[in-house]
Amino acid sequence: MAPGAWTATGIRAAVAAGDLSAREVCARCLDRIAAVDGRLHAFTTVLEDAALARAEEVDAHRGAWRDRPLLGVPVAVKDIICTRGAPTTAGSRILAGYRPPYDATVVTRLLDAGAVIVGKTNCDEFAMGSSTEHSAYGPTRNPWAPDRIPGGSSGGAAAAVAAALAPVSIATDTGGSIRQPAAFCGVVGLKPTYGRVSRYGLLAFASSLDQIGPLTRTVEDAAAVLQVLAGPDPRDATTAEEPAPAMADLLPGNVGGTRIGVPRAALAAGVDAEVLDAFNAALALLAERGAEVCDVDLPHMQYAVPVYYLVAPAEASSNLARYDGVRYGHRAALHDAAAGVPEMYARTRSEGFGAEVKRRIMLGTYALSAGYYDAYYVHAQRVRSLIRSDYDAAFAGVDAIAMPTTPTPAFRIGERIDDPLAMYLGDVFTVSSNLTGLPAISLPAGLTRARLPLGFQLIGRPFDEATLLRIGDVLERDAPWRDERPPVSA
Amino acid sequence: MPTVLTAADVERIAALAHLDLSDAEVRLFTTQLAQILEYAQRLKEVDTSAVSATWHPGAAAPGLRPDTVRPSLPLEDALAGAPERGPEGLFRVPKVIE
Repeated sequence: MAPGAWTATGIRAAVAAGDLSAREVCARCLDRIAAVDGRLHAFTTVLEDAALARAEEVDAHRGAWRDRPLLGVPVAVKDIICTRGAPTTAGSRILAGYRPPYDATVVTRLLDAGAVIVGKTNCDEFAMGSSTEHSAYGPTRNPWAPDRIPGGSSGGAAAAVAAALAPVSIATDTGGSIRQPAAFCGVVGLKPTYGRVSRYGLLAFASSLDQIGPLTRTVEDAAAVLQVLAGPDPRDATTAEEPAPAMADLLPGNVGGTRIGVPRAALAAGVDAEVLDAFNAALALLAERGAEVCDVDLPHMQYAVPVYYLVAPAEASSNLARYDGVRYGHRAALHDAAAGVPEMYARTRSEGFGAEVKRRIMLGTYALSAGYYDAYYVHAQRVRSLIRSDYDAAFAGVDAIAMPTTPTPAFRIGERIDDPLAMYLGDVFTVSSNLTGLPAISLPAGLTRARLPLGFQLIGRPFDEATLLRIGDVLERDAPWRDERPPVSA
Repeated sequence: MPTVLTAADVERIAALAHLDLSDAEVRLFTTQLAQILEYAQRLKEVDTSAVSATWHPGAAAPGLRPDTVRPSLPLEDALAGAPERGPEGLFRVPKVIE
């Protein structure tokens, strides 16, 4: 198996059959990271020794662990998810050198499934950003075009899978942070339903929006990893009791009689012509395979970006109050003998946080402050209800809703860094599924003439990831772009 | 929704958020936050007088579990990342009370 063809399901089968050892797989992965990642910077930490030791442990238990669903599969974990004893920075200076004393539930589940964690991936600071330029540790480059951003905030996660540094990344999506980089890097990115996957051990950004999910090469791999991650967790009271569907039963997918709705009015302006062409081509392919495509109306979707950029910063300003220099992370040195705790808080936070995090804390604190709370925060939460009502009404007539993942392909590094509002407006198609909690997937939808990847997004009913995966499998199987790979040589 | 944001507003918000901003940051955020809040004004078009707020998209009533005593993070692990430690398993902070 060449690294370019590596999938989680393929590796698992080869390791379980004894055709490949987990150590061999892990060593190839680490070799490729060593050869390529100096140029991409997808990883903030490569866990070389720990990964090889873990792979040897997997090999030693191969007989007993034969049925584990990710046996010997290398997985990259976004640096905002806690890994016991291994650096976890959230892309922030304030957590430089922090080593969590426990594993996130998703990490525990990956290890129980036989996976090998190979490293931590770069991201915008505390997942706030759409380009990975807001990482305190430097930007990640897009494997398809090194002068362009990989998307964000999970840019390292997407670049790692696209460049075959790992077959699977685990990341978070608060306003599109899995789907948008998946689109920009040409991989599959799944944001499960709110409540589907435990957030215990995730460094919280916006608790009513955050969700953990996989980035993979194939839909089949996304299904396999979701099944490992999903399910209730006594340590996260927001997890739902819904049992995870048996993903193996879903595939191969078919779309005969599946109804797919398209919010045409929302696509009328501000969408790049090549993005629309690719979107329509994917829809036509699904229609040819038997899907029924029709229009749906989501009249309040136009308000999703302003609602999101009030709600998410408000929650962030509250969640990030914990970074105070007392229990973990950076603490500012106080040279003034009279300085007390308030000075320590303010100096620690000012030294530790970067510009985008400060901007959002400021915006959120403003939206929650006396005199503005009702006009901004509460009003936004009411418009949020209208956005959800639009989706509920649309799902009375369709099984899934399709739209492009992003209005443009990946932009150039530096292009939007000084214009936060322009950066936020690019999230127009992703934020509404976080506000509503609905599951959504970004699937590769081909390349622009300049060979930049584009994404086809599907949004589903609550806890109906199965329909998204079934449709995605059909699109992937028959798509003319399925064998396209980025020009990254070792 | 007021649209005008002054440097004094930004400084007041920074104090609430425990952030020390430089003069350059105050100037930058005054402009940028005003732009973002101006953009958010379009929400005023929406009549929400008959709509209740969605605080989170989860189940209306999260499941409750019995409140039973069980092992938690060991003290030594909890203190391992502390920037400064005091005696007897404590975090040390600058003097609070004279």
